[in-house]
Amino acid sequence: MERELRLMKGNEAVAEAAIRAGADGYFGYPITPQSEILEYLMEANPYTTTGMVVLQAESEIAAINMVYGGAGCGKKVMTSSSSPGISLKQEGITYMAGAELPCVVVNVVRGGPGLGTIQPSQSDYFQAVKGGGHGDYHLIVLAPASVQEMADFVGLGFDLAFKYRNPVMILSDGAIGQMMEKVWLSPQKERSKTVPGWATTGKPAGRERNIITSLELDPDRQEVFNRKLVVKYNEIRANEVRCEEFSCEDAEYLMVAYGTSARVCQKAVELARAQGIKAGLLRPITLFPFPSAPINKLAEKVRLILTVEMSAGQMIEDVLLSVSGKVPVYHYGRMGGVVPTPDEVVDCLKTKIIGG
Amino acid sequence: MKEITGMKEIIKPENLVYKKSELLTENIMHYCPGCGHSTTHRILAEVLEEEGLRHDAIGVSPVGCSVFLYNYIDIDWQEAAHGRAPAVATGIKRLMPEKFVFTYQGDGDLAAIGTSETIHSCNRGENIMIIFINNGIYGMTGGQMAPTTLPGMKSSTSPYGRDVSIMGNPLKMTDIVATLPGTYYVTRQSVHTPVNVRRTKRAIRKAVQYQKLNKGTCFIEIVSNCPSGWKMTPVQSNKWMEENMFPFYPLGDLKTPEEQPAN
Amino acid sequence: MAKIVGSIVVNVERCKGCEICMVSCPTGTIAMAKEVNGKGYNYAFPANPDLCNGCANCAVVCPDGVITVYKAKI
Repeated sequence: MERELRLMKGNEAVAEAAIRAGADGYFGYPITPQSEILEYLMEANPYTTTGMVVLQAESEIAAINMVYGGAGCGKKVMTSSSSPGISLKQEGITYMAGAELPCVVVNVVRGGPGLGTIQPSQSDYFQAVKGGGHGDYHLIVLAPASVQEMADFVGLGFDLAFKYRNPVMILSDGAIGQMMEKVWLSPQKERSKTVPGWATTGKPAGRERNIITSLELDPDRQEVFNRKLVVKYNEIRANEVRCEEFSCEDAEYLMVAYGTSARVCQKAVELARAQGIKAGLLRPITLFPFPSAPINKLAEKVRLILTVEMSAGQMIEDVLLSVSGKVPVYHYGRMGGVVPTPDEVVDCLKTKIIGG
Repeated sequence: MKEITGMKEIIKPENLVYKKSELLTENIMHYCPGCGHSTTHRILAEVLEEEGLRHDAIGVSPVGCSVFLYNYIDIDWQEAAHGRAPAVATGIKRLMPEKFVFTYQGDGDLAAIGTSETIHSCNRGENIMIIFINNGIYGMTGGQMAPTTLPGMKSSTSPYGRDVSIMGNPLKMTDIVATLPGTYYVTRQSVHTPVNVRRTKRAIRKAVQYQKLNKGTCFIEIVSNCPSGWKMTPVQSNKWMEENMFPFYPLGDLKTPEEQPAN
Repeated sequence: MAKIVGSIVVNVERCKGCEICMVSCPTGTIAMAKEVNGKGYNYAFPANPDLCNGCANCAVVCPDGVITVYKAKI
């Protein structure tokens, strides 16, 4: 079956992509702006076609723990929510990092803190990238900037999750979740008939019992495990960085932005160049591992960096760490669910250049 | 292994009447002397062995005194966050329906932080077995008051006795889940005397049979003791349990399926 | 006339001296030893072995499964 072209909402693309990626289970809970993922899956009812289980849980906490159970059986399982719901899932997520369980968690971010708004935002960056739960752990964080990437990152997310036995977060936002765009959907992948050796399948005679746990009361043994995670995260840093550059070859001023902000900045780069300002954009696709090296390299030839985020400025800290003082780094952002316009970004860039 | 035996002549394999289950590992259980947890582990291992489930059972252990349950019974285990075992078990059973899936939880795990997961997994009629050890206290953390602590019962966080006007009444979770259509078999047992042990074993065996019928959740509460938490000897604790816990948590079946299982 | 006799084997080191087997024994076979095992528990043992009828009550109720029971007609 060939790829298929459709016009879909980002949320719906995630749902359809999950089915096609051969997911075994999805456990969800309603919350704006991502309920369409659960709705789409309920309507598609993939249990009757691919055998994929879809279940609405009684809370985001229950949902992430259902994911834990399924992942512990070596199955491809996922959940999705939006900011407040993702906060509820943090304990489950750090348990999965501690038990080295693969899964995909989609966060369609909305304005916070607290109940916040339902419009798009990027104010969950710290929670996603620096760890929203307790303990030394990281999620692999993918930041889609289109409906196409919403679809593509589900399959990629599962691959990375199983490759590293680690939860993967798709950090989207309300705009990308709700907007409709053309999307190429990959053909149906068969659900795997085998599971990894560490999974709980009912103990066959030939092996020791498998225990999925994150508990270790002996500090020395726990430290050995913590070190093992550090090695894993360094491996991820070394192998899995993804980013995209626009008009950076001759750029004198660099914008760094992901997701919806990156879309805005792409236009802003055009507008700036039309006014003779050589701007470029680096779009991180993986937020962990963060593209520090490419940014550091670009910092050697640009005069300043402007990070554009729909937040008070969170990713800017990682940009600052990446450039280690070579160039000034500024932030421009709207909050509360307001999406900045390209003109605002260009105006800000100009003031920074004059002021810089 | 130092042993003391009675009449030696009859100690021959053909005369064997009872021995520890093969499914129990060599690990010495960390429970306090006389604790109902270890007795229940033993019974559970015996049923799993006798029902031939060694290769098909996936257990979900809780956070609490029985947090190390996976060290004691030789089957595949997943350990759940405190209170979340029924949700973890839901994920397992939904994706591995042919396996025998069960949770084993204490009263704090199941009736305090895990109340929502307990009620909703039972309400969905998840085809799992839930073993609920009710000893009216948080044992692992040192004897604090639990949702099932009796009125006036002392604990490290109700040193003058549970005051229901401040801390509410004990929660009869088993009675609650018995009202949910999703539960198929709901019973309350104990493991402090030979008779009760045999009844509990029968109850667990029934739950194993019922799970094959996919008719809903089997919920087994085991009213148990906590010698250390109650600050009594094991024998005293069992006596105190009979006199104080049983009137509040009466033993017996609360819900049994109409037709007998085809076994 | 055939008589049912029983015999129990106690794994001394694993007994925690909880005494529940002793109070559950219908014939008064079991008592707690004066000595203690490696963990410092006074362990259970068949003080009156000839009273044992092999009913296995002790083993059935033992939290740690330290008792093995035999029974025979002699």
